[in-house]
Amino acid sequence: MTAALTVDNLRIAIGDTIVLRGASLEVQPGEVRGLVGESGAGKSMLGRAALGLLPSNASIVSGRIAFEGRDLLKMSEGERRSELGRRIALIPQDPMTSLNPVKRVGAQIGRLLRHHLDLSKRAALERAAELLTEVAIREPERVLSLYPHEISGGMRQRVLIAMAFACNPSLVIADEPTTALDVTVQRQVLQLVERLRQRHGSAVLFITHDLGVVAKICRSMTVLHAGRVLEEGETAEVLAHPRHAYTRALLAATPRADRPAETLRPVPPALIDQLWSDARRLDWLDVARPA
Amino acid sequence: MADIAVRAMAAPPSRLLAGVRRGGARLWVGAALTAILVLAALLAPILAPHNPLEQDLLSAQLPPMWMHGGDGAYILGTDSLGRCVLSRLIYSAQTAVIVALIAASLAALIGVSLGLFAGSFGGWVDQFISRLIDVWMAFPPVLLSIVLAAVIGAGLTSVIVAIVVVDWTRFARVVRAETMVQLTRDYAAAARAIGLNRSKVLRLEILPNLVPLLVTLLAVEMGIAILVEVILSFVGISVAGDTPTWGSMIAEGRQIVYQAPWIMALPIGCIIVSVIGLNLLGDGLRLALDPVQRS
Amino acid sequence: MRWGEIIRRLVLVPPTLFGVAVIVFVLLRVVPGDPISMMIPPGASQADIGRLRALYGLDQPILHQFVSWLGQVVQGNFGRSISVRQDVLDLLLTRLPATIELTLLATLIAVVIGVLAALVGILARGRRAEWAVDGGVGVLLAIPDFLWALILLLLFGVLVPLLPISGRIDPQVEIDFHSNFYLIESLLTGRLDVAAALLRHMILPALALALPFSAIIARLLKASLVEAEDQDYAQIARARGYSRPSILLNEVFPNALIPTVALGGVQVTLLLGGTVLVERIFSYEGIGNMAIDAVINRDFPLIQGLVLTFAVLFIVLNLAVDALVTLLDPRLRHG
Ligand SMILES: Nc1ncnc2c1ncn2[C@@H]1O[C@H](COP(=O)(O)OP(=O)(O)OP(=O)(O)O)[C@@H](O)[C@H]1O
Ligand SMILES: [Mg+2]
Repeated sequence: MTAALTVDNLRIAIGDTIVLRGASLEVQPGEVRGLVGESGAGKSMLGRAALGLLPSNASIVSGRIAFEGRDLLKMSEGERRSELGRRIALIPQDPMTSLNPVKRVGAQIGRLLRHHLDLSKRAALERAAELLTEVAIREPERVLSLYPHEISGGMRQRVLIAMAFACNPSLVIADEPTTALDVTVQRQVLQLVERLRQRHGSAVLFITHDLGVVAKICRSMTVLHAGRVLEEGETAEVLAHPRHAYTRALLAATPRADRPAETLRPVPPALIDQLWSDARRLDWLDVARPA
Repeated sequence: MADIAVRAMAAPPSRLLAGVRRGGARLWVGAALTAILVLAALLAPILAPHNPLEQDLLSAQLPPMWMHGGDGAYILGTDSLGRCVLSRLIYSAQTAVIVALIAASLAALIGVSLGLFAGSFGGWVDQFISRLIDVWMAFPPVLLSIVLAAVIGAGLTSVIVAIVVVDWTRFARVVRAETMVQLTRDYAAAARAIGLNRSKVLRLEILPNLVPLLVTLLAVEMGIAILVEVILSFVGISVAGDTPTWGSMIAEGRQIVYQAPWIMALPIGCIIVSVIGLNLLGDGLRLALDPVQRS
Repeated sequence: MRWGEIIRRLVLVPPTLFGVAVIVFVLLRVVPGDPISMMIPPGASQADIGRLRALYGLDQPILHQFVSWLGQVVQGNFGRSISVRQDVLDLLLTRLPATIELTLLATLIAVVIGVLAALVGILARGRRAEWAVDGGVGVLLAIPDFLWALILLLLFGVLVPLLPISGRIDPQVEIDFHSNFYLIESLLTGRLDVAAALLRHMILPALALALPFSAIIARLLKASLVEAEDQDYAQIARARGYSRPSILLNEVFPNALIPTVALGGVQVTLLLGGTVLVERIFSYEGIGNMAIDAVINRDFPLIQGLVLTFAVLFIVLNLAVDALVTLLDPRLRHG
């Protein structure tokens, strides 16, 4: 079976700095894969590369990104655009800035539907209302006629999720879709993503800092560090037997339900030292250790 | 305390070089065009082949020498009274430069003082000056300067007064806003904390930081002053009588534009070159003096 | 919220106008030279001059003159022009429409040129064409409207005589209009030949007014487009498979329009001020051209009326721009 997403030995440079140094991962059809790693590890870069959203000063040095076996980097512009937003969708991180502030919600969803599904204006609006119902928005008709600033952050994220699943995607890339939301809304949104994913049978690449979330919804996971894949496998396996000191450190820094966050155990200095010596030995860091 | 100001104003040579590099082509082209204008004004008696007032009715409306019917004695031709167009252009530069220098500096002086006042005192002083600026801005500037020049009567002084009275707001507004911003910055607060009084803070801390902005505004204002002088001459209320100015040449040329279009075209060219030169100079200076580019 | 702000500004209109009135009035009277000296024939007796001055009320103290003038203005009576010997309000009402039509046409041209330049500039971002557009915009901006008027007059009126260079309409054209909005009226009544004749006269002055303004629009709009294109919603639109031109037009443009109108709209007043000279250069019969004559003739009542008219137009334009921004930005509308 061909993977929904294949990233193969991807190297990306921004100016003179290399932000991805040969990262590889696969997301199988219908699978939810967590992508974790500390801030700046290159998670977003990887996701954006797959969506063709790299910043203008970034360049792909080498490697391959394939969607259902077809190389996205070699596709024609038109081919890629017909996949993007339809078969490959994005759930963005910040719902406050991710909707166009001067367009009504209905117009934004409608435009997406008409672009990819060739619907009439009327049909698109009707379908948009159905989509909003699917993400548990009450009074969908009313919401369609509102501007983004008139609805709450949680509601906006629901709208964005509805848009992601609008055209029945086979791959959804979610870049920290809950970090900008408050805790009570976070859970609902996660449940929503999980439900829609099941209904549409989509594969999801779930980018997050939160190992708790990964443990809950991802069957498999990939740990990224300094632009390189450190470890990957079944979530349960990786979390139970982290092979790398770095993953252990990450785990140790994650608050768990059975341990209140206040007593969060700081990463022992010894562990960090070991981590850095590992790093130098394995040559996965060519940077100097910060003071 | 004084060394604070010295540090802010005197740039070490390396920074000067960096500044010139930042200014780039604009700075050079602008400076070159402005230099040509100033040289023409200074050297007018040497450069001009004829007396600009000398009439030669037998050779009126001659085209420039390279055109059919041109005369080698009048390189750029003659006007309807047979006066040498080239000489009149050169002498007009004198008027332009005098007006530009004096009017722009005076407008800057008044505008900066009022702007500093408003910005640093706040309260009713600011209210009063701000309202004054508002009322001023409700006039079309061109119309206001025409009214002024007309009521004061023709003459170089009246042109300068008209420009100053109309354009001080340009400086006042910007300086007021900048002063307010600068006063909230750390170094101003620090200066007051070490016991500098308000006028010292203004003189030693605020003013030096306004220099890049002011130099730019000044260059642009000189361009504007040249234009206003041209406008007033064109309308017929500028410098009295027979003093040659680009504006009066254009006004005369407009009457006979079908017969002798070059009489109007040449001063227009001079004005465009001067104004673009001053604009580029202003732009270049802004880039050169201000490492953090303002939008 | 926002509408409240506009109302607050409306309340400030009368005091501003009052300030304008005071300044013009005083300015005209404290400086030497008055209209009587411009109209008396040589050799008039001192008594004649005195009688003329009394006729126009110029022998009264300034404060008295001002109060009685203001009292009349409030009732809609602006007095009689001294040089043209007509009612000032009538004069203004016949000439103002010509200026308004010219300004509207100029604004239209400026918006078209400015928007196109900004769009071409951003579509060609990072390429040679962007550089060329930026340079062109810089030139448009550096040369003021009245110089453009002279240049256009030379180019298209004289060197390549394509268009008329003076007046509002050919004198031999005999048409009666019901209003003084000739162009608008002829368009509404479907007399396209008349409209074309009017446009042939208006196009050069309107273009002269429009060119620098279009450069302002182009600069503001391009900067706003660049900024808006970096926003999340525009980036995400790329991941929805929309083409770049379509994103620029549908997502980025409506957002970039808001700061552009807010900052550029105020500059319409520049254009209005520009009519004074441009109308003069093209002998176009609007209030700008009339203003210069009024000033040269020291026609106090007419000057006062004109300056007030300009001030009202400026204020109205500023308010209109505010209202437009509020309409364009849903966040302000409901905020
Ligand atoms: N526009 C940019 N220009 C230059 N460098 C960038 C840019 N965006 C990201 N980077 C760099 O690229 C590297 C990877 O960034 P990326 O955003 O992928 O990290 P991340 O893993 O998503 O982090 P976070 O968890 O904070 O979102 C970082 O070192 C970052 O500094
Ligand atoms: Mg990220």
